[in-house]
Amino acid sequence: MLKSKTFVKKTRSGKVMKIVREHYLRDDIWCGSEVCSECKQESGVLQKDACIESNLCSYPHYLIPDTNVVLHQIDVLEDPVIRNVIILQTVLQEVRHRSAPVYKRLKDMLHEKEKHFYTFTNEHHRETFIEREPGESANDRNDRAIRVAAKWYSQHLKTFASHEDGLKVVLLTNDQGNKQKAEESGLLVYKCEEYVKSLIANPELVDRLALSDDDKNEITSAKLLFPEHLPLSRIQAGIKSGCFLQGTFRASRDNYLEATVFVQGEGEDSTEVLIQGLQNLNRAVHQDVVAVQLLPRNEWVAPTSVVLQDEGIAKDDDDNEEEEEKLKVTAAEAARRSTGKIVGIIKRNWRPFCGMLNVSQIKESTRHLFTPADRRIPRIRIETRQASTLAGQRIIVAIDGWPKGSRYPNFLRNKQHFIKLFLPFSKEKETEEEVLLLEHDVPHQAFSQAVLSFLPKMPWAITPEDMVMREDLRQLTVCSVDPPGCTDIDDALHCRDLENGNLEVGVHIADVSHFIRPGNALDKEAASRGTTVYLCGKRIDMVPALLSSDLCSLRSNVERLAFSCIWEMNHDAEILKTRFTKSVINSKASLTYAEAQMRIDDTAKNDDITKSLRGLNKLAKILKQKRIEKGALTLSSIEVRFHMDSETHDPIDLQTKELMETNSMVEEFMLLANISVAQKIYDEFSECALLRKHPAPPPSNYDILLKAAKSKDVEIYTDSAKALADSLDVAKVDGFPYFNTLLRILATRCMMQAVYFCSGMDSDFHHYGLASPIYTHFTSPIRRYADIIVHRLLAVAIGADSTYPELMDKHKQSALCNNLNYRHKMAQYAQRASVAFHTQLFFKSRGILNEDGYILFVKKNAIIVLIPKFGLEGTVFFDTKDKTIPKLVFDEEGPTLNVEQHTFRIFDKVKVTIRLDDSNIQHQKIRMALINPVIPGVSVPVPDVEPQAKKQKLDH
Amino acid sequence: MAGLELLSDQGYRLDGRKATELRKVQARMGVFAQADGSAYLEQGNTKALAVVYGPHEMRGSRSRTLHDRAVINCQYSMATFSTAERKRRPHGDRKSTEMSLHLKQTFEAAVMTQLYPRSQIDIYVKILQSDGGNYSVCVNAATLAVIDAGIPMRDYVCACTVGFVDETPLADLCYAEESGGVSSLALALLPRGGQIALLQMDARLHQDHLETLIEAAMTACKGVSKVLDDVVRQHLQEVSMLTGE
Repeated sequence: MLKSKTFVKKTRSGKVMKIVREHYLRDDIWCGSEVCSECKQESGVLQKDACIESNLCSYPHYLIPDTNVVLHQIDVLEDPVIRNVIILQTVLQEVRHRSAPVYKRLKDMLHEKEKHFYTFTNEHHRETFIEREPGESANDRNDRAIRVAAKWYSQHLKTFASHEDGLKVVLLTNDQGNKQKAEESGLLVYKCEEYVKSLIANPELVDRLALSDDDKNEITSAKLLFPEHLPLSRIQAGIKSGCFLQGTFRASRDNYLEATVFVQGEGEDSTEVLIQGLQNLNRAVHQDVVAVQLLPRNEWVAPTSVVLQDEGIAKDDDDNEEEEEKLKVTAAEAARRSTGKIVGIIKRNWRPFCGMLNVSQIKESTRHLFTPADRRIPRIRIETRQASTLAGQRIIVAIDGWPKGSRYPNFLRNKQHFIKLFLPFSKEKETEEEVLLLEHDVPHQAFSQAVLSFLPKMPWAITPEDMVMREDLRQLTVCSVDPPGCTDIDDALHCRDLENGNLEVGVHIADVSHFIRPGNALDKEAASRGTTVYLCGKRIDMVPALLSSDLCSLRSNVERLAFSCIWEMNHDAEILKTRFTKSVINSKASLTYAEAQMRIDDTAKNDDITKSLRGLNKLAKILKQKRIEKGALTLSSIEVRFHMDSETHDPIDLQTKELMETNSMVEEFMLLANISVAQKIYDEFSECALLRKHPAPPPSNYDILLKAAKSKDVEIYTDSAKALADSLDVAKVDGFPYFNTLLRILATRCMMQAVYFCSGMDSDFHHYGLASPIYTHFTSPIRRYADIIVHRLLAVAIGADSTYPELMDKHKQSALCNNLNYRHKMAQYAQRASVAFHTQLFFKSRGILNEDGYILFVKKNAIIVLIPKFGLEGTVFFDTKDKTIPKLVFDEEGPTLNVEQHTFRIFDKVKVTIRLDDSNIQHQKIRMALINPVIPGVSVPVPDVEPQAKKQKLDH
Repeated sequence: MAGLELLSDQGYRLDGRKATELRKVQARMGVFAQADGSAYLEQGNTKALAVVYGPHEMRGSRSRTLHDRAVINCQYSMATFSTAERKRRPHGDRKSTEMSLHLKQTFEAAVMTQLYPRSQIDIYVKILQSDGGNYSVCVNAATLAVIDAGIPMRDYVCACTVGFVDETPLADLCYAEESGGVSSLALALLPRGGQIALLQMDARLHQDHLETLIEAAMTACKGVSKVLDDVVRQHLQEVSMLTGE
């Protein structure tokens, strides 16, 4: 194998040190081409017919990009059209040194089989290795190495060229000098731009080209619009000395010239600083971390209530002084708040933004303004040659710079910026879903090859090795109970009588951690996704479908690996013994909640499954009772479910979810399993157990609830969870059956978010809502990553699996928890947004509807109405722009709102009309208007409900 | 800057070797006339000189005398010029004392000491240039020196270091790899019987991987033994030619 060895001295200076390294040259490095018969490679990566339609190179060819081309044009290389590329080791190493993100993307491409990218280890190849010559710079040496390798390839491939159109190699470089030298040595060489432009079949690639240095500077005008940002060192010094404050920038939704900076202080002590005016905002974008300097007290202002939207046309960089004038309303001294100006940006938090293009008035112009869907984001100036095709489409754009001479941030695709430019959208619904996912930062790309490569090979079967450490529970009557249509079944239950008169209850959870091993690409992907996201009619999986809906899903009548938690209980549901084990189960039935309920209720049925269900149900009731006695809260929120049309996937009906006894049966045992597991892993790993806590809300959170209850003469006690639960239970008003539910909805709004945390980093473990001293998530490893970690911890605790360093590192765990919390929050928002969007679709097809509703909140100029039938919440404004504003009197204490003669209170019953307002394409909204009570000038006449012609079509 | 990539996706290491490949081993025996046995061995850029005196009568304190076998006395040292930084290395510092002890243990397992009761065998090893795997190079050089001295051994003792990177064991680490945060393991083997004379590891490694790592180390040691065997045979041929036998 090893024929020739040469010793090479490499010197590297930092401290002046001479480092001698060996460098072995080999003759067993193959060229990677399918044509080659000389190299003894097993299979070629590079294709035989490497054709791409180009008017420069009509022959089949392989590309060899140099380092700068890879660094700057990675977007082009990533396009699926570009295939058969040779990446030299020299290039790979240089990229690795210069840009980690590009390196990662390049590596991903190399792993992708369809791309046919091949890495040629030229530095260790006997014929392509070159030594650095005296006086030659490292860069020149690398350029030469690339040329030598390209030369070698062209000669190597020539020997196999049977006819004239033989394979050639094309060197891509943007360096003039390099290009010239390459031409001299007889290589085919093109500039990247030349080459890309020659690809006539794929003109869209041109837009992916990054601008080179020379043509990017012209956009910045000479005039300086903004003050310079301070360098980071001065900002840090300023923050230390206290003259600057650090905070998160939050742009105002309604006024583009106003924003607040949220300064996190020690503990509870956090303040908000108001920023007003373009100059003071100084190019900060929503969510950036910024440094603020407070203005002198006499320059402080009050927040304005004016709604201002930046409507300027593309080229108006003229002063906005006029608009700024409007802001300067003399405010009462009391209303003034601390005001500041932004002096520097500590960390940009730019992400890709969704929105639409405002096509420039000038034809042929390549610069346009882009209006993001999120109104807090300023408009972005972008450059594209495809404005006509993009107009009216939703697109994705990123900001990559905001020079001080420019009114808007720029998206130029210049150096070091590598964001996918535009999303191709086809249908309206898909577009909306895509936007929704992007706006909530939900990773939703298809799983990469690298990830999929860690899936078990099909057909999969349980092997004897799997059975070591596992208990065989296949004979048990296990069944699962889930919502209808559920394919990722991660829990199953059983219950049976023991000989000693006690009951054995088992919760069996899919053993996902058996398939997802720590540290591999699959694990990393799952960790980064954090959770499966359920949208209406769509699911964005955390793990590939093979696992989520097949191998891990505990379907009936197949053998599945499980992690079981088995209790011995007496008939009073007291736990006598707890045991955890990895197991193999064979579920006897997958039931829906309704089916399970029917079996329990049907006295004629007496098979094993039904008996088991009855046993479980009985125990669950006792468990629930105990939990409620301890002070667990039962809160309420209305969840809706859409009935989808099977063909168009448009919602045709919507229904609030109903809860059955079996729902709470399953829930009860899941809670019990989670608590048992939490206790076990905490006992075993007090420093690094992943737990979930739900902090008690601060008393001020309850204000709204207390006021609302008081208005109906009901007392609510909030001293403890138990007091709250009890007082909610007795809160009833005669003739108003819905009152209790409304109160519970309000109480839900008072709660804090439950979060994951690492036991070593926190001391408060209490779960307020469940009234449990310790809690974790164990029961849904298919859709939550936290559960996978908990599974691993538990497996180590019972000696069924080995540990790994990250698992025991509390700082890494803590970082993981942060990501999981963020993903969960985002998933929740995305879910809500999806429901909102489907509600819109629903109302679009329904036209105008009249419904009864209750007032949930009373605001200064509006009431918020809940419509129980749809679980829909909407706002009825009393101060719409185009109408005369009625006399409004708002009383903070009630809170009540007096409109003309009528007084609105919380919980009042009203009748409203609902319709979809699609006047703004980017922001479609459900509008509500008041019908009853009738207030002249405010309420609207009862509109005719459109006869539902559509419905008949669907009925047949 | 990103750290060094110890094993590329194509399976090449920093210096172009594959995971299981050793560095080039070159050796000469009988380099000094005064000593009873001597050898010079290069393993890549690590170069060591080993000298053996004995067996001879006990010198120094007689109390150390063993009545049923010979005492093996090892001394390890590094030349001042052996590393990138020139550094005076006094005898008897912790590192070299420990290394001496390890060598002693290794050779006590291999040399048939019971043939020379009440006597002493001295093995001196000096590292002339250091580029990783000092211990193993010393053992390999000393083996040749002991053979050169004509002292009977059970078998060659061959040593090799292996490291564990990306789930792959790397044989015969060079300095850049050793210092790159790899958990490395040194193993001295009597290859014919497959007995382990010494195994040393002071890094963290998951227990599950230990087996594969030892396996790789044993294969590497067997590779080394083949080279040493060739060197010995070559040397014998030359010597016999010179003496005209």
